[in-house]
Amino acid sequence: MRQHHDMGGEKAGPVEKTEHDYAPWEKRVDALMVLLSDRERSLIKVDELRRNIEAIGPDAYHKMTYYERWITSITSTLLQRGALTSDELARKLADIERRETAGLL
Amino acid sequence: MSGHTHHDHHDHDHDHPHPTQPDVDGPLTYHQRLEIAVRELMIEKGVLTADEVRRTVEAMDARSPAGGARVVARAWTDPAYKQTLMTDPSRALNQVGVEVGLYKLVVVENTDAVHNLVVCTLCSCYPRAILGLPPDWYKSRAYRSRAVREPRTVMAEFGLEIPDDVAVRVHDSTADMRYLVLPKRPKGTEGWSETRLAGIVTRDTMIGVAEARLP
Repeated sequence: MRQHHDMGGEKAGPVEKTEHDYAPWEKRVDALMVLLSDRERSLIKVDELRRNIEAIGPDAYHKMTYYERWITSITSTLLQRGALTSDELARKLADIERRETAGLL
Repeated sequence: MSGHTHHDHHDHDHDHPHPTQPDVDGPLTYHQRLEIAVRELMIEKGVLTADEVRRTVEAMDARSPAGGARVVARAWTDPAYKQTLMTDPSRALNQVGVEVGLYKLVVVENTDAVHNLVVCTLCSCYPRAILGLPPDWYKSRAYRSRAVREPRTVMAEFGLEIPDDVAVRVHDSTADMRYLVLPKRPKGTEGWSETRLAGIVTRDTMIGVAEARLP
């Protein structure tokens, strides 16, 4: 069965010739992928990036922007690989929220 | 990366975290927080450094379609270089200081008989090493869906009409194999220098949604 990311040949509207300059956080997501996938670190392969993007449910997939899918997939892969634990991640996200509220970000 | 020398303008060490410059006013989105979280955790674990992230972003910013334009202009003027580009693209790119990376690059040549168009229907694979990051439309549902079914209509939406007697070949990229179109050199550019020629090679000509034209 065809999955939601597999859209080649489907009907769709006109191509809107949009582009934008990537935001700094998007460039950092890209940089994380480049670094984590290099030969030295090898913590994620490009196929894992793709597989974990494809694993995002159809609704979320279509709502997310491009680099939102990437950081979601990178995070999933690091969790699957054991390079991060969900506890560490939850603590860090809570810490980031606190720093943001305190104006420290 | 090719011979990039990093000059550190700071005269202090980097044991302390620098505050992150906010990207936008207003609260961070969930995914922006996730980026910060993953980056900081990887730094804390010693997997990477903040400096490496910064330098990688800088290296990416330095890549642009100008790299591809240089390669195309050289192929137009130097038959031996063109031969290398068609048969061993990685080597041809190395010769102009571009490292292709972990994937295979395939160069497809537009001629009077064949026009090539590049898409990635499954995601957004793109020859980033030589063209920089892809435009949003390349990653859009409309382009990914339709480029393989009705390429002539899609190209017409970009203002490119391909005559019926010219075959259209659409190349669907994968993570491991990415395509660069070698556009046709326009008539009237005889005797032009490589630099002048590179000036008419746009990103879109190397994706195949445009043809190189006289200015």
